[in-house]
Amino acid sequence: MSTSLVTARGLTKKFGDFVAVDAIDFDVAKGESFGLLGPNGAGKSTTMRIVGATSQRTSGDLTILGMDPEKFGPQIRAHLGVVPQQDNLDMNLSVSENLYIYGRYFGLSRKYLKTKIEELLEFAQLEEKRDAKVESLSGGMKRRLTIARGLVSEPEILMLDEPTTGLDPQARHILWDRLFRLKEQGVTLIITTHFMDEAEQLCDRLIVMDKGKIMAEGSPALLIKEYSTKEVLEIRFGSERNSSMANQLREMCERIEELPDRILLYHEDGEVLLEQIYSAGLHPKTSLVRRSSLEDVFLRLTGRTLVD
Amino acid sequence: MITSTAVAIAEARRGKLGERVYSGRSRAIFERGYIAFKSATWMVIVSGFVEPVLYLFAFGYGLGKLIGNIDSGGVSIPYAAYIAPALLATSAMNGAIYDSTMNIFFKLNHDRIYHGMLATSLGPLDVALGEIGLALLRGFLYALSFMAIVVPLGLIPSVWGILAIPAAVLIAFGFASVGMALTTYMKSFQQLEIINIFMLPMFLFSGSFYPLSVFPSWLQFIIKVLPLSQAIHLVRGLTLGQINTALLGHAMYFLIMIAIGLFFTTKRLNALFMK
Ligand SMILES: Nc1ncnc2c1ncn2[C@@H]1O[C@H](COP(=O)(O)OP(=O)(O)OP(=O)(O)O)[C@@H](O)[C@H]1O
Ligand SMILES: [Mg+2]
Repeated sequence: MSTSLVTARGLTKKFGDFVAVDAIDFDVAKGESFGLLGPNGAGKSTTMRIVGATSQRTSGDLTILGMDPEKFGPQIRAHLGVVPQQDNLDMNLSVSENLYIYGRYFGLSRKYLKTKIEELLEFAQLEEKRDAKVESLSGGMKRRLTIARGLVSEPEILMLDEPTTGLDPQARHILWDRLFRLKEQGVTLIITTHFMDEAEQLCDRLIVMDKGKIMAEGSPALLIKEYSTKEVLEIRFGSERNSSMANQLREMCERIEELPDRILLYHEDGEVLLEQIYSAGLHPKTSLVRRSSLEDVFLRLTGRTLVD
Repeated sequence: MITSTAVAIAEARRGKLGERVYSGRSRAIFERGYIAFKSATWMVIVSGFVEPVLYLFAFGYGLGKLIGNIDSGGVSIPYAAYIAPALLATSAMNGAIYDSTMNIFFKLNHDRIYHGMLATSLGPLDVALGEIGLALLRGFLYALSFMAIVVPLGLIPSVWGILAIPAAVLIAFGFASVGMALTTYMKSFQQLEIINIFMLPMFLFSGSFYPLSVFPSWLQFIIKVLPLSQAIHLVRGLTLGQINTALLGHAMYFLIMIAIGLFFTTKRLNALFMK
């Protein structure tokens, strides 16, 4: 037996004729932090729901903790903490009641929950809102409560579908910190995100999905190495001239991406490239040299940017 | 530290019947209903209780004055005592239907609450049983409060009448499980109205206010097959002390209704949420 907690082979999900997840293979190892990246509609959430044993696959093999989710739904879900993309809090209940009843759904004792709720309220920074109705919370507060709720059963596998969407920067960093600590305690994380910095920070390994298929797999560093150059030069000529300039620049670098507002030039040394451009008599309005990031990998693989 | 972890609790059910859809914890849904109810409006509850009482006074005593006694199973009884059990059965039905159609429809379609429940180690049968359990509790409370009014008025001539309370719960269970099953197939509030369109005539013609013998025999047959008429005969047999094997038949009718309703509800919840 390997230490793989999740094993998917040829995992496929169809909605009618539409193939949302197209025969993907992946493994998630114990204690690993595994990311799913991809543009809107790539099939990330669908994959998360199937792994979370709340959606049935159409075909392929899937084992979670050695069990088939089709046969052992409740048992598998007992190991999981799920933070769905869309909050599904109980609007009729207060903040602390939401945490309480969710724990009761898992069968946890009142005594245990009493202390756990305090801990989670503190984690979500919602102590002052404990008796407030969920309806009255701000979007970010709801998100924090949903995340806290996912932790109530001290899950072995925490599944977070875009956990930080809607959080302010401070709350985001607090969450990252908390996720690091959970990881240190041996919790396996499965995360989807649209924030590349988040993926680079949090994920040991990730898959990039597009149109239901896996485009690439590996650690963030490995993916950058494999799919991008060391550095990127971003230049702007103004929106009318960008595309005519791109043709002239193409030969100078390894790869070029034209975005509506700027051109990205991929090269091992951005400064050297910029020199060449100036000496060719071209004068971009602005220029910026930076290191390649997952964003560039993503662009290369899916032809799309994440944050416009 | 968790003394008994979520995993240990779930593992304890391994190998037990229905483990795919049931974790033996519908109590938790019940508890949720109780917490939500504490802060919910009492009006719905109160109105469900007041309605049969109003009917009892308006018809039982108003109309009863004109009618006098009525013959039931060869015994002459006051008109109010004749309609009281029918009103009890009807209020059990109404409470159960309200909970299992309107309330459940809203939760299914406009609230994502079941998504949350089913992401835990609960199964769809836990959710179905828990929600139906709440409808039953309501039916039980209606029955109890109605009895608290009609017993002192002397409208329950037989001691068997005490069994009318569990009978009302059985009736509520039948209606709630079928109501919930139907609701899972409904696509809009308009479609839900179909259930209501069916309920009012059933109430008026099921022998609540006069014996079925006034109808031609083919119509009598149709009405007798309908659940409310079964319910009324069951409760009336008990409150009037007219005990016979037919009552067992009526009870069986509801047990079958419960089984069919639960089967389809679980199946549909699985299909709706495990998409
Ligand atoms: N219940 C459903 N019925 C029909 N189609 C669905 C359903 N759920 C998802 N899809 C389709 O499957 C595809 C993948 O959706 P999914 O939610 O998995 O995307 P995603 O990668 O999570 O996207 P996003 O970044 O926008 O969250 C989409 O084209 C979507 O329209
Ligand atoms: Mg998604």
